[in-house]
Amino acid sequence: MNTWKTAMIGIAALSLAAGTVLAQAAGKIVVDGSTTVGPIAKAFAEYYMGKHTEVNITVSESGSGNGAKSLINSACDVASMSRPMKDSEKQAAMDAGVMPVEHIVAMDGIAVVVHMSNPVAGLTIDQLRDIYTSKTIRWSELGGPDKPIVVISRDTNSGTYETYESLVMHKEKMGEAVEYVGSNGAIRQRVMSTPGAIGYVGLAFTEGVKPVLVNGVEAIPETVVTKEYPIARPLYMYTNGEPEAGSSLAGFMALSVAPEGKQIIEEVGFVPLP
Amino acid sequence: MKNPVRPAGRQSLCLSRGARQRQRIAGAVGQLFLLTVTSLSALAVFAIFFFIARDAIPFFRLNGFHEFFTSTHWYPSAGQPEFGALAIFVGSGLVTLGATVVAVPLGIAAAVCLSDVLPFSARQVVKPVIEMLAAIPSVAYGFFALVVLAPLLQQKGGAMLAVTAWIIGAPIAGLLVLVLSDLAADKVPERIRIRTRWLLVGLLGGVALTGLWFAGQALAGLEIPSGTNALNVSLILGIMALPTVVSVSEDALQAVGRDLREGSYALGATRAEMLVKTVLPAARSGIVAAVILGIMRAIGETMVVWMASGNASQIPTPWYNVLQPVRTLTATIAGDMGEADQVTGSSRFHVLFAMALCLLIISFLCNLGSEWVQRRTRRKTGG
Repeated sequence: MNTWKTAMIGIAALSLAAGTVLAQAAGKIVVDGSTTVGPIAKAFAEYYMGKHTEVNITVSESGSGNGAKSLINSACDVASMSRPMKDSEKQAAMDAGVMPVEHIVAMDGIAVVVHMSNPVAGLTIDQLRDIYTSKTIRWSELGGPDKPIVVISRDTNSGTYETYESLVMHKEKMGEAVEYVGSNGAIRQRVMSTPGAIGYVGLAFTEGVKPVLVNGVEAIPETVVTKEYPIARPLYMYTNGEPEAGSSLAGFMALSVAPEGKQIIEEVGFVPLP
Repeated sequence: MKNPVRPAGRQSLCLSRGARQRQRIAGAVGQLFLLTVTSLSALAVFAIFFFIARDAIPFFRLNGFHEFFTSTHWYPSAGQPEFGALAIFVGSGLVTLGATVVAVPLGIAAAVCLSDVLPFSARQVVKPVIEMLAAIPSVAYGFFALVVLAPLLQQKGGAMLAVTAWIIGAPIAGLLVLVLSDLAADKVPERIRIRTRWLLVGLLGGVALTGLWFAGQALAGLEIPSGTNALNVSLILGIMALPTVVSVSEDALQAVGRDLREGSYALGATRAEMLVKTVLPAARSGIVAAVILGIMRAIGETMVVWMASGNASQIPTPWYNVLQPVRTLTATIAGDMGEADQVTGSSRFHVLFAMALCLLIISFLCNLGSEWVQRRTRRKTGG
C-alpha cells in the first residue's frame, strides 16, 4: 500500500524533524474527514509529496462530521466533507476562533446502470426509491421485460452508498432483498452478467453496462457539474481561513483546479470542476 | 592422569557434580521452554475468547439480546440503527447446510473409493489431487464463484440443475430398483421368481424414470434471476470442505485395519456388505469428526461468501430456497468492519464482535460434539 508507506515515512521523518529542525514542521498538512473525499485527498497527497519531498501530508477518513470537528478543534488543517458545513458547525468554529473557508474540489455523480439488454431507458428518483425499497419488484412495472429486478447496492461502508442513500433514498431503508457488493467494479461485473440487475456506480465505471437517464437527464460529467443530474453533489474541503499564499497548504488546495489535479480526480472516479 | 582414584568403569557412568548440576538446569530450562510453547497456543485461544467477549458484551449491554436474535432488520448504518441478525444467522446456517449436503456424501463416497475400491497406483494420484483443492486460496474460489458460476447459473441454471438431478438420481434410482425387486422376488415361489424379478425391475424402473423425467422438467423450467445466491456459495463451500472430509474420513477407514475386512469376507460378505456393514460402522467416529471439521470449514469461510452470496440480509422464502441471496455472519463482519467506529465505541462496532462471539461459541460446540462422539464410540468398541 503506497499511501500507507508514504504516511509511515512521513510520520518517521516528522518525528525526526520535530526534534532537530522546527522550521520544517510547517511543511505538515493533516487532512481528516469524509470517506468519499478520502480517495481524492490521498491521491493529491501522494502527488504533492512526490513533487515536494519536504512536505508531509497525512490523510485520515473518519467521516464528514468528524472532519468538521477536527477542524474546529484545530486537529487538522483540511476538513474534507461530502456535505456543506452546517450552520451549527460554522458557529462552533467561529466560537473556537476558526474561520472555515469552503473549497469545492470536485463533483460526485453516481450513474444508475442496468444490463445492456434492458430496454428501460430512464427512471425517476421516486421509481429508483421504490426499486431499492422493494416496492417495485418486476421490470414489467417499469415498461421492461417480465423479469424480477435484481437490486444491487454498494456495501454500507462506502461513500458511494452514503451519497446514494442521501440523494435517492431520503432516509428510507433499503429492502431486505437488496444485494450488497464491495466495490464499483464488482457492481459493474454483476450488472454486466445479470439481465435483471440494477446497480449504481461512480461515473467512471459505466463501461459494459447501460446507464439510464435519471429524471430524464443523462449521467455525464457536464450534467453532473451543473447539478442538472439529480444524483450529484459537490465535494468540499474546508480550511481555517484562506490558505496563506505561497504556503504548502495553498499549493495543496490549488491542485483541484490544476490540470494534473483534474486528471487525478478523474482517475479516482469523480468529476473535476471546469 | 587427573583422577587416578576412580576406576575407569565408574568414570564413564558418573558425571562430576558441576556437570550434573548443569544437566539438571538445562533439563529444567528445556522443559519450561516446551511448556511455554505449548501453553502459548492454549493461551491464544483464551486470549481470543477474552478479547472478543470484552468487545461483544457492551453490545448486549446497550441493545439487549432480543432484537439481535429475533429481528431480521439489519440496518447498522441508518440514522436509527437496527441490529437484527436473525436473517444473518439463518443465512450462515443455510449455506453451511448446503455445503454439508454437497461435501458429506461426495466426501465419504470418495474416501471409501480411495481406501477400498481404487487400486494402490490410482490412489497415489487421486488423493493428492483432491488434497490440492485445499491449497487454492479462498479469494480464487470467490472470484470463480462471482465471475464464472454466477453468470452460468443465471443463463443455464435450470438445465444445470436438471442434469445434476439426473446424474445423482439415476444411479440411486437404479440401485433402489434392483435391490427392491430382488427383495420382493425372494418372497414369491421359485418357479416364477426370475420372471417376477424382471417384471418388477421394468415396472419400478418405469416409475423411477417417469419421476426423474418430471423432476428434471420442473428443474429445467426454473429461472434463476440472481446467480450470487445460497446455492452458488453452498456448491463452492462444499468443494472447499471436500478435501478435509475426504482426507480425515479416509484416514479413519484406513485405521479400521485388515483383520475386520478379512473377517468380514471370511463370513461370506460381498465387498459392498463388508464396506456398509463392517468398515463404515467401525470408522464411524472418525467420519463424524471429518464431517464436523468440514462443517466448521464451511461456516468460518469469509471471502467466498462475501463475494458470491449476494449479502442480502433476508430469510429466503421458503426458508430452504437456496436460489435467493443470503448474508452470513462472516461476510457481515468482514464487510462492515471498515466503517464501524472503534473510537466512539458505537453499537455498530460492538455488534460485529457479538457475531464473532456467536461464531466462536458455535465452533466450540461443534468441537465438543465431535469429541463426545469419538469418546462414546471408543467406549462402545472398547478400543
